[in-house]
Amino acid sequence: MSYFPITVKDQAEMLETIGIEHFGQMFQAIPNELRNPKIDLPSPLSELETQSWFRELAGKNASSKTHSSFLGAGSYEHFIPAIVRHIIGRGEFYTSYTPYQPEASQGTLQALFEYQSLICELTGMDVSNGSHYDGSTALAESVLMTLHETKRRKVLMARSVHPDYRTVTQTYLTGTSFETEEIPFQSHFGLDLDYLKKHLTPDVASVVVASPNFFGLVEDLKEVETLVHQNGSLLILVSHPLSFGFYKSAKEWGADIVCGEGQPLGIPPGFGGPWLGYLAATRSLLRRIPGRLVGLTQDNAGRRAFCLTLQAREQHIRRERASSNICTNQALCAIAACVYMASLGKTGIRRIAELNLENAYYLRRALSNLKEVEILTDGSIFNEFVIRLKKPVDQVNQSLFQKGIISGLALERFYPELKEQMLVCATETKSKDQLDQFVEALKEVLK
Amino acid sequence: MTTGLKTTAISDSKLLFEKSKSGKEGIFLPSRKFQDDFSRLIPADFQRKDHGDLPEITEPELVRHFVNLSKKNFSVDTHFYPLGSCTMKYNPKIHEDVASLDGFAWLNPSQTEDQVQGILQIFHELSRALCELTGMDEFTLQPAAGAHGELCGMMLTRAYHHSRGEGKRHQVLVPDSSHGTNPASAAQYGYEVVQIPSDARGRVDLKALEDAMSDRVACLMLTNPNTLGLFENDILKIREIVHRKGALLYYDGANLNALLGAVRPGDMGFDIVHLNLHKTFTTPHGGGGPGAGPVGVKKILAPFLPAPLVVKQGSRYGFDYHRPKSIGKVRSFFGNAGILLRAYVYIRMLGLEGLKRVSHDAVLSANYLRKKLSTAFLNPHNEFCMHEFVLSASNLESQNIHAGDIGKRLLDYGIHAPTVHFPLVVKEALMIEPTETESKETLDAFVEVMLKILKEAQETPELVRKAPHTMPIGRPDEVQAARKPILSFRDLKRDTQASPL
Repeated sequence: MSYFPITVKDQAEMLETIGIEHFGQMFQAIPNELRNPKIDLPSPLSELETQSWFRELAGKNASSKTHSSFLGAGSYEHFIPAIVRHIIGRGEFYTSYTPYQPEASQGTLQALFEYQSLICELTGMDVSNGSHYDGSTALAESVLMTLHETKRRKVLMARSVHPDYRTVTQTYLTGTSFETEEIPFQSHFGLDLDYLKKHLTPDVASVVVASPNFFGLVEDLKEVETLVHQNGSLLILVSHPLSFGFYKSAKEWGADIVCGEGQPLGIPPGFGGPWLGYLAATRSLLRRIPGRLVGLTQDNAGRRAFCLTLQAREQHIRRERASSNICTNQALCAIAACVYMASLGKTGIRRIAELNLENAYYLRRALSNLKEVEILTDGSIFNEFVIRLKKPVDQVNQSLFQKGIISGLALERFYPELKEQMLVCATETKSKDQLDQFVEALKEVLK
Repeated sequence: MTTGLKTTAISDSKLLFEKSKSGKEGIFLPSRKFQDDFSRLIPADFQRKDHGDLPEITEPELVRHFVNLSKKNFSVDTHFYPLGSCTMKYNPKIHEDVASLDGFAWLNPSQTEDQVQGILQIFHELSRALCELTGMDEFTLQPAAGAHGELCGMMLTRAYHHSRGEGKRHQVLVPDSSHGTNPASAAQYGYEVVQIPSDARGRVDLKALEDAMSDRVACLMLTNPNTLGLFENDILKIREIVHRKGALLYYDGANLNALLGAVRPGDMGFDIVHLNLHKTFTTPHGGGGPGAGPVGVKKILAPFLPAPLVVKQGSRYGFDYHRPKSIGKVRSFFGNAGILLRAYVYIRMLGLEGLKRVSHDAVLSANYLRKKLSTAFLNPHNEFCMHEFVLSASNLESQNIHAGDIGKRLLDYGIHAPTVHFPLVVKEALMIEPTETESKETLDAFVEVMLKILKEAQETPELVRKAPHTMPIGRPDEVQAARKPILSFRDLKRDTQASPL
């Protein structure tokens, strides 16, 4: 087998050096009854067989390359320039270890420093960590940051935050002394401000809002920010990172922490991962930030040097007193996002945002002309919005699939009261023909 | 004091931002199709005013920038990494090809089950294979990394005890030789961490364990083989001690490479297991992730696993969301699917015989190195090791040379440093794990270099103390980095302005 450079002759020589006759002698510490269990695995495949078998399995999936997809809901189909895969496909990046030896890891360290810098520019915030597992866990740890920082015990979470993000945060807090409470949304998906006002009690550590929220609506956070800060609480904003190309930055809204899914930054949807949680905060929260931070310093000859820093927050130094248990996270995905953001650059970020806006607005307008469709997210949007049909969404989606379309999300799955409502997404990847075909197909199906 | 950045104009450590020039673009985007003027259509109050300062660079410049950066890295593709407990083995290229197939890379996790039968089949078969290899009954694939799996394990532990009306169990025991993530994960979830000392043999001190056991203990987290590379030969007694008091036994799978196909944690009595697919199942480390940390459990804990699990009904695969006792979810959707996929490719290609060969050659190589190095360096536990072993460089203390210095000097010889100063139970520890994918020639070369460094340490200690000498940088000033954190280009600009030339 090709991954084992030790030959049979080597093995014999090595045993001799070790001073034993049989390999099994090295296992003498292992109780006999534990050795050689019966294990049932499929027979091995050659590389040739592996290629065709996995290609066959891939062929059993409908992807946004075989179908025209209007599904987002937390995972987005965005254009990825070829450079991204070529850079992260370099063995020097993807087969390297966590940069504990800075002298032998300046490539990864500088790229992560640049990632942190780019996230700060994109969000307007002061400090970004070097990556998190995904958006949902970045939110859960953001929430923990605010609970520890304020020494308060409660979090108010908009119900219009992605359902998985809410569940994950809840899972992190179950069994602790902390609790979350949900802020409802109004009929057109805006945050219920009256509810927020009433529930913003002195024990509230932070308020979590998403914008664009799960229903695609860009929220007006001006009053929310004032209320939250008047109460001495912190504001956590969850956002689609590309929306910052056009909409107010987290900094401009006055958020204390911004986090979310970095997958739209040059990472394919990949059925949910590997993705990239991004997390950035104001400088006053610096020492509460979980995960790796890369800092710039100088070496013993006065040269510019990068290294992991503020490691006194981390588990390998502080053990049970660490600010988070995070170790391996998503470095390579952060490097992908770094290459992507650098490629977009100053003008590209605005253009990509506008390409999303124009497709979403065009599609929303076109669908509003269908009498069978009612537009529910009628405020400002980025690339998603909700429509109401007069038929069950699952049934409509099955018919659309027959026409080569992966349609929007049936919201009833997460919000039982939102029957016959579909969350539709149109990123920059959709051509005018695809948008028109979707409208036509939906019209036919709804007849 | 400034960071000294102004005083050094090394062009090849320039940041993207310093290469930026107004008017350059790095991407070919489509033109606008429609004529909407969004600056008028959308309330001005919602629009960004300060656009930030992203760099402006063309694609050829970006490629050179990043390729040159990559060349400043050590990696498994280019160097030997005898990095203990990290299992830096070769990452097969076919894994990357398979993961990038459109039918995997371009799937939205919210697609309906009928549209994603191929990937569901892989999830299901991978779960079954991991159960077989570990002796567990059920697996969740959600956790995104080893430490994340540990956190999930702590949640399962709590849910289990809680369901039995034993919510008062608030302590988690960890050996003093454990990985730092163990106590950190337990503490993050609110458990009180109690450390169990190792005995003279480098194993869990049974007497201390018995003394620490009570009905307040929720579980014992154990790595086996432990971080000294030694098999906990009293594992069956440990199981009895822990289970007798109603606590659970948690397996940190970081070191499973030693036992693949040969011994299973489930058979040892572990109730919860996390695996590091980026170690044992050779998905690439990526410079610090992505990884995957699936968690396996015995039947008694299965009801508490995160939702959903993948199930097979007839010839169809689907998700089982109906899990009323579930802890919830530890990550969005289904975890790092692309990493899970790579691990399954590995399992399918090697099969059981290949996986046995993994642990066989890994253990053989480790013992070969141990034998060759334990006389020159100190080895406080010089007996048959598993996949790794720990040397002590404390015989060089008189030269004022530490384990870390030896690691740094190795870099000059083109070898990555071992894990140094860990585990904490060995003074001046050098933790060495060769893995099964290095040739005997590489192992021999490593031995030769280690002996040479030892000689240098005695004859020219300064050379070792100040190493490395041939890397892109010398030792960075980590104290300054932490005292005055410069974490972004913006921080750097501010720092430079504050102390001008």
